Amino acid sequence: MKISVIGATKRFGDFTALKEVDLEVRSGELLALLGPSGSGKTTLLRIVAGLDWPDEGQVQFDGEDALSRSAGQRQVGFVFQHYALFRHMTVFENVAFGLRARPRGERPSEPEIRRRVEKLLDLVQLGWLAQRYPTQLSGGQRQRIALARALAIEPRVLLLDEPFGSLDAKVRKDLRRWLRNLHSEIHVTSIFVTHDQEEALEVADRVVVMDKGRIEQTGTPQQVYNNPQTPFVHEFIGESIVLPVFVEANQVRFAGRAIGIVPQGMPDGAATLFARPFDMTILPALAEDNLKGVVKRIHGIGPARRIEIELVSDQPQTVIEIDASRSQQWQIGQSVSLRPEQYRLFPGRL
Amino acid sequence: MSALPAAEIVEHSALPPTLSERAASRAIQAQIRRKADARADPPWVKWLVISVAVAFLGLFIVLPLACVFTEAFAKGVAAYFAALTHPDTLSAVRLTLIVAAISVASNVVFGVIGAWAIGKFEFRGKNLLITLIELPFSVSPVIAGLVFVLLFGLQGYFGSWLVAHNIKVIFALPGIALATIFVTFPFVVRELIPLMQQQGTEEEQAALSLGASGLKTFFRVTLPNVKWALLYGVLLCNARAMGEFGAVSVVSGHVRGETNTMPLQVEALYDSYQFAAAFAVASLLALLALVTLVMKIVLEDRLMEE
Repeated sequence: MKISVIGATKRFGDFTALKEVDLEVRSGELLALLGPSGSGKTTLLRIVAGLDWPDEGQVQFDGEDALSRSAGQRQVGFVFQHYALFRHMTVFENVAFGLRARPRGERPSEPEIRRRVEKLLDLVQLGWLAQRYPTQLSGGQRQRIALARALAIEPRVLLLDEPFGSLDAKVRKDLRRWLRNLHSEIHVTSIFVTHDQEEALEVADRVVVMDKGRIEQTGTPQQVYNNPQTPFVHEFIGESIVLPVFVEANQVRFAGRAIGIVPQGMPDGAATLFARPFDMTILPALAEDNLKGVVKRIHGIGPARRIEIELVSDQPQTVIEIDASRSQQWQIGQSVSLRPEQYRLFPGRL
Repeated sequence: MSALPAAEIVEHSALPPTLSERAASRAIQAQIRRKADARADPPWVKWLVISVAVAFLGLFIVLPLACVFTEAFAKGVAAYFAALTHPDTLSAVRLTLIVAAISVASNVVFGVIGAWAIGKFEFRGKNLLITLIELPFSVSPVIAGLVFVLLFGLQGYFGSWLVAHNIKVIFALPGIALATIFVTFPFVVRELIPLMQQQGTEEEQAALSLGASGLKTFFRVTLPNVKWALLYGVLLCNARAMGEFGAVSVVSGHVRGETNTMPLQVEALYDSYQFAAAFAVASLLALLALVTLVMKIVLEDRLMEE
């Protein structure tokens, strides 16, 4: 099912959680809402679920207005960050809840409920826990039961709020892969909220990057990583080297000197240079215009090697850390030149 | 012979601790037990402290309780049962049960609604409401009774209106029930608020998103989650409702066989020098206290599991 959010604005007192947000979720895709805390991602998810209402704007499911319908009527499966399993019910009854809650006429028969709950428990590979209570389960198991419970109502959309947020790193990785596989199996339109970029980039078909109640960029993991559209996205996703520069006469200057890169059509004035650490090439000190610096520290175990370089600058000390190949030998205290192979310029200073 | 009737014991008990207070005190006790070895006191200190504690307990709790039963059976078993089956006593028991049932029922309804409002919503004046709920604990029951006389008595604000419509509140069941409800007001709500606050609203939201109606969510999710705390509150509320003396005394009018509750009946019998009968009725109240105590312990264990 396709979901459209049009011009959604939501305020909590003086705080604006969402500012005129537009979002299209394609049928069957797995979409990640990625952003720091307070970026409005959970609010957006709850508005889609019907657990919050926007002050302005619309939400449509397959073109039909969803705001006039309650959470229960929208047929959405919602998985809460802290699971919100019913603590006084067994795992079986938790999963069966959505079926038993239906009005008498639509309620499946008892054997049918049993059959469907067992099938769902098999799907999340926890059939053997059916008679346990939530407090007897581990975090990862609770999360999977919460998912099975949400799937029991045969949701048209699956919404997950920080689904792996309260799990430890190992379980997190396993569950991530498991969710990816599950989605390719059942193919229900799914949105999940996360502040973990690695999670979003690994699991999602498309990523929506949010900050301060706005959508900064929407795209595939490759697009948002390789081609960030805003300074925020560049800094938030992946590592970035950020340098304040000045564009003048078709040249980019850092600390008063040209650094030998073209301004990519940036008008004259203050600007900010963004580059990935692995896109920086280190060269022996050159005579011509470029970024210059002094090697301060070399570290790294295994295949990776990181070099800290203090840039020659008229400003307070600027140290950048970049990836370097093992084949080149550098000494501490050596003067070097740096060339950004890939970079982006954004107007103004951060 | 001046042992207090059991009704007095129930009435003047200190505020019962809430669940969270209880959990905290258990944790502290466990800690103390673990540390005991490291700072072992000389044995005589230990035994002195224990003996003093036991002596106090014996003097102030066990002795009066034993006294109630001894005095009750002072004239033999036959006299004891004769006193209990006296029509006036039976009427007092009946009235007490009715009043307790009314106040428990209304406090359950109010308690759940009040705790729901306070535990799950944010609104202006919430703190004031929490303070007001505890008011009956800090007001003397006699004053509580007088307030109702002032409101509904013959000379009271609504007195003439009530007389005109032939409704009797003071010196009748409604007055006694009102005074008892006032006095027992905080028991249920006080147990539920901390639990509901701690549990939050996520489970309710989950139920709603799974398609359950508001009513179904309440009966299948909210209520079962607090059932032991609710029962605990009901137990304390019931004990207090049956044992209440001061407030009821003011509004009852002390008509034997009509408006006397059990504690009032104890006083009436005692004042007319029927000591054995007075203590026989008092023994029922003492029994109630003991049963309450046992159930309390059972419920507390259940609550700890929850």
